[in-house]
Amino acid sequence: MAEVIAHELAKKQKEISVAEFFERNKHILGFGNPTRALVTSVKEGVDNALDACEESGILPDIYVEIRNHEDGENKIIIEDNGPGIVKQQIPHIFGRLLYGSRFHSIRQSRGQQGIGISAVVLYGQLTTGKHAKVVSKIQEDRPATVTELAIDTNKNRAEVINKDIAHWDKPSGTRLEVSIVADYKRGKRFVYDYLQSVSIVNPHAQITYKEPDGSEHVFERTSEALPQKTIEIKPHPYGVELGTLIKMAKQSKSRKLSSFLKTEFSSMGDRTTNAVCEKAQLDKNLNPKEMTREHFLALHKTFKKVKIMSPSTDCLSPIGETLIKRSLKHETQEISPEFIITAARPASVYSGSPFQVEVGIVYGGNLPRDRQIKLLRFANRVPLLYQQGDCVSTQAISSIDWRRYGLEQPSGKGIPTGPAIFLTHMSSTLIPFTSESKEAIADIPEIENEIKLAFRECARKVQSHINKKVRRAKTREKFDLITKILPEIAKKSADMLNKPVPSLEQVITKIMDVVWIEDLIEYEKASQEPVQSTLFEDSSDQREGGWITKSTILVVNYKNKPQRLNLYAVIPEDAVVGTVTPKPTKITNNYIKWNLDQISPANKVDISFELAGLEKGDFDENDLYIENINPAFVIGADKWEGE
Amino acid sequence: MPRDYTNVINKIDLIASKVYGDLEKAEIPNIKLPTRTKANIKFDQKLNVWKYGNNTTERSAKSLDGAYMMLRTMYMVDFIKDMIRANKSSTLREMYYISEGWDLAKFHSQPESDSLAEDLEVITTCMREDFKLRPEEDGARVIGNITIEEVTRNKTKKKIHCQDDVGDSGYSIPYNVEPEKIKFKGADADFVVAIETGGMFDRLVENGFDTSNRAVLVHLKGQPARSTRRFIKRLNEEMKLPVLVFTDCDPWSYRIFASVAYGAIKTAHISEYLATPGAQYLGVTPSDIENYKLPTDKLTNEDINALKSELSDPRFQERFWKNEIKLQLSIGKKSEQQALAKYGLDYVTDTYLPEKLSAMGMLKK
Repeated sequence: MAEVIAHELAKKQKEISVAEFFERNKHILGFGNPTRALVTSVKEGVDNALDACEESGILPDIYVEIRNHEDGENKIIIEDNGPGIVKQQIPHIFGRLLYGSRFHSIRQSRGQQGIGISAVVLYGQLTTGKHAKVVSKIQEDRPATVTELAIDTNKNRAEVINKDIAHWDKPSGTRLEVSIVADYKRGKRFVYDYLQSVSIVNPHAQITYKEPDGSEHVFERTSEALPQKTIEIKPHPYGVELGTLIKMAKQSKSRKLSSFLKTEFSSMGDRTTNAVCEKAQLDKNLNPKEMTREHFLALHKTFKKVKIMSPSTDCLSPIGETLIKRSLKHETQEISPEFIITAARPASVYSGSPFQVEVGIVYGGNLPRDRQIKLLRFANRVPLLYQQGDCVSTQAISSIDWRRYGLEQPSGKGIPTGPAIFLTHMSSTLIPFTSESKEAIADIPEIENEIKLAFRECARKVQSHINKKVRRAKTREKFDLITKILPEIAKKSADMLNKPVPSLEQVITKIMDVVWIEDLIEYEKASQEPVQSTLFEDSSDQREGGWITKSTILVVNYKNKPQRLNLYAVIPEDAVVGTVTPKPTKITNNYIKWNLDQISPANKVDISFELAGLEKGDFDENDLYIENINPAFVIGADKWEGE
Repeated sequence: MPRDYTNVINKIDLIASKVYGDLEKAEIPNIKLPTRTKANIKFDQKLNVWKYGNNTTERSAKSLDGAYMMLRTMYMVDFIKDMIRANKSSTLREMYYISEGWDLAKFHSQPESDSLAEDLEVITTCMREDFKLRPEEDGARVIGNITIEEVTRNKTKKKIHCQDDVGDSGYSIPYNVEPEKIKFKGADADFVVAIETGGMFDRLVENGFDTSNRAVLVHLKGQPARSTRRFIKRLNEEMKLPVLVFTDCDPWSYRIFASVAYGAIKTAHISEYLATPGAQYLGVTPSDIENYKLPTDKLTNEDINALKSELSDPRFQERFWKNEIKLQLSIGKKSEQQALAKYGLDYVTDTYLPEKLSAMGMLKK
């Protein structure tokens, strides 16, 4: 299986040209100084490893080791359990710049240009004079190949220095060993942060990191589900550059302009194609290969003037709110944050490229209160470590007034100060970086707007969380009042007067004068035995050994008249609903609804529901809403504002 | 002679009956009492002191705080009944510690329990002493040509001359200064000087001011205890001695004077019993700061707020106080009694007090 994939990938790996380019541009490529070179090398290796595993449907198990030699030389070892690389391709992938399978396709992926791993090999060669070693195994019953190689910088070709075969325990995988000059001492923190960040946005990956002093960190896998496979899409007319348009036309097999437009671009149906040709005043039977520069200019201009359907967004593979929350929770355990809140936007489009924004906020715990909040920025699951100030996400966060959410921010602008970590993840088929070093996302209004909307949504959730906390404390007080103190007062006064203790029911109703809702969430390890609900039997595979989240809600009528209301409990989309009592009126992906008729004064209703398919702690706060009752009559839930 | 507490018991039982009655009627129990704030004190023409007005506060079991207060009140009342039955008494501090065992009804700090004891006085129109509760702090010290007869702990009557029978620290005022405990048997003095600080009290004693100027010196020890105020009132009424109050020159000291002369806000329910309406303020006044060029400190923000609050305090509406407080706010300074030592240790007794006293018409020279 792995072999088939490796061959498949090999077909796509086309040559791109130029090699010496690197020496002059190494600062742009992230090798500008010995600290960055270390992080960049690890980053390129890990990106490659993750992509290779995911493309072949393998849950990534990645091993990173840095061996520290004297005089600044470090050996970097990066190993994965991916499909391996066929031996003919190894020199091309590790020994030629700008050679890769992804440059020509439009899809969401980590690396978007083939500068990647070969640059690390080249940098190592330039700084240490040593060769790189690649071990690769593509099939379980075959030995691994060991290739030692160098790069001929004039020809942009790999020189294979030595070839060998060896035994390797892994069923398949790739291991790269490369020596580079780098500043480990200063880069140490960055490498750790980088790998931790990778782990946050790649909950399906297990990353082991061994430092020169022998200490080992394991960034554990928190999700067994591989990211949804991304689909290649054709370019959308809105995003295509003139040069690319001309090149596409020259290479096209279509002989007519109309069929060229329809086959090479997304969202181009008959009607749109005709409209474009008409508006551009071009004959739709024109042979694309014979079109002049003026023709292309007219066509390119017209693209922007015609309303063309947005590209489909199903080619994106966002991480998902539940997983982001879970990884943040896992990686911030030591901080023991007060809360973690996430928000995700629906997919959107900027100049013909689909993109989607997800954000998260970690708040409180041991995070420093007197420092700027920490920003974690990600693009297509890759951490962005440098050029924070130039990034659109930084600008979006800075333009929101965070002061009423417990953060400090002079004049309501800029990066706020306080105990928080803000995470931004953008997925797109084309991340518009500000420069080749791919560290900051460009300031594009559509993107900035989506990031702002996502953080605003997050902020609203933070506010509602805070409100809920305050409200909970208040309801707690009232509950103490009626269950403990009032009975004591009654008893004491009765004792003093030698009279019987009076009944308190009506007084309690008068004191409370509300419909009171209390809730509780518990987790239970799922048993192997089938549970009564049919919904459970369907998903019994998922449940095995998993957690069941049990939510119980108590609704008590402390008003002096009977009350009726509709109650909504919001649930995560990816949860599987188990037993629900009493019988709900409606269950959707997002909520469970009950119509509660006629609760008599001083009577209560017990409600409970179970969720499967979630880890313990994924769902840790009930989000309750009410309808058909005056919200002022209710403590413990907000007014339902519609879906 | 054992006292009859039936009346007290009847009065405190009314609280339990009110709460129980409310519960029986399915009403949220509540207890009303006069609001104990500056805004609710009125001058009582008949009694010549400041008393609580008609505003009332409701302690209702509807709120958590109100319910706690009510429960604590019940516990305290029960405790008082126990003490009356067992013929015991306790200090306010002891009661605070006893409340530790009251479970939900326990207090979090002694000021809370002290304040509730005052509430109870207000509600029942009884006095703390009726509840067998006494303060922790002793009364202050007295030196002067007066003779007191005190009933001591072994029930014997003992006469004490407050110059000849006491050392330099003077006669110590007991917490109970009622006629059953002390009687004034004679005085040969012209006036009483009530002094805020111990340092100044000792200075006047060392300089023999009680003899040279026929004065009874009373040390107030800051904000005076009830017994000290009651003692001064009785000296004033029974021995016909005018009372002069000598304090530092800051807003807090004016409040000490007000509690002696007009009645304190916290104890306005028993002002007629504690206050000495004729008491006069001797100094140090803000005018003195200017006239005597006294060393000063800058007013703090708290000082300034306290002064402003006094401008709206009904007890400080006399022209004298309005002028002095406004003067102080404008110069922005405060001073201490002992700042008079700038001119030497005898200055206060040789110059300052004689000048002030003659201006007030107290010295017959």
